[in-house]
Amino acid sequence: MNDMLRAHLSPEIIIDHMKKHGVTHVVWLPDSETNWLYLLMQAEPSLTLVAVPREGLAPPVAAGLAAGGRVPVILVQNTGLMESGDSIRGWLFGLEIPVVYMVGMRGWTRHGVPTADTASVYTEPFLNAFRINYYLVESDADADRITLAFNEAKKTKRPVAVLIGDEYHGFNK
Amino acid sequence: MIDTAEMLKVFNAHRGDAIVVPGRGGRHWVGISGQPDLDLPMGDPAMGGHAAFAFGLAMAQPQRKVVLFDSEGDLQMGLGILLTIAEQKPANFYHFVLDNECYATTGGQPVPNAKNVDYVMLAKGAGYPRAFAFGELDALTAALPDILGKPGPVFVTMKVHADVENKPITQRTKWRTRSWTQVIGDLQRRLGIAA
Repeated sequence: MNDMLRAHLSPEIIIDHMKKHGVTHVVWLPDSETNWLYLLMQAEPSLTLVAVPREGLAPPVAAGLAAGGRVPVILVQNTGLMESGDSIRGWLFGLEIPVVYMVGMRGWTRHGVPTADTASVYTEPFLNAFRINYYLVESDADADRITLAFNEAKKTKRPVAVLIGDEYHGFNK
Repeated sequence: MIDTAEMLKVFNAHRGDAIVVPGRGGRHWVGISGQPDLDLPMGDPAMGGHAAFAFGLAMAQPQRKVVLFDSEGDLQMGLGILLTIAEQKPANFYHFVLDNECYATTGGQPVPNAKNVDYVMLAKGAGYPRAFAFGELDALTAALPDILGKPGPVFVTMKVHADVENKPITQRTKWRTRSWTQVIGDLQRRLGIAA
């Protein structure tokens, strides 16, 4: 495959969208896609990073932050999203918390060819079962979908997912 | 062993203008509190999340005390939150645990290792700077001004009587009079937070 045609998603554009939408806290657990994004988030003074040791703890933390007037984002891997099911049901749906879920799509290949990793195979069925709308972002050209997700979450008072379909390759220098 | 309602009455005298998440003590707290718009009687949105929710509130409102009455069953389900809380060190967070050693709402079955868990050790091991355990109301009453008068995060576990419920859930007396969104809306209005 020609490298020029390969999808490229820069971590800077994710940070830009977080700042644009007034995100104050990132409730997160690292995933295989996060790496470079972590370095930028750590350096960004407008963001407070709140690390949780298991992803199911992220929804109630985000709910508490939102109830208290802050703007949280949840940043986890698709495996952690699936682990969080009942927590999402109770703390996010139940309390009507508008939050964007940034979900690293471990196991995703752009051309839909399945890998031995079943994580991405079950991600969309999980989101559909929970009636969580989602937007796939695989390159900088897709990044405007992040704004769609923030606006939709705010309007519907429900979580909306952004599926991060590319691993960051470094900073976009 | 401590009576939860009596303990909450003692606490109420020291409450000030703290935000209170009453947890499993909610059924008693709603009749004791004189500031319902600073109370978040959540009931049970999803097990294992009360400490995380109250912690999130504390992070969002650092200028105001947030007092949580957690339960040991709920805490066991999300024990890792102790690490997050200890790392962030919210000075306004006061983490009380009502330890009745059982799941009272499902008929009183014991939680895992109910009589042998050292929650103070768990909290201190996670990094809480202060942690206490009480089995008698008199001792808690004497210590409360010091506990609440110094910065958090602080962890206080209390052995309490079990209010076991054996009636089917649909036949139980409903003590919550506000929905979750009403509770949050009332708090946000009191704190001047735009919806």
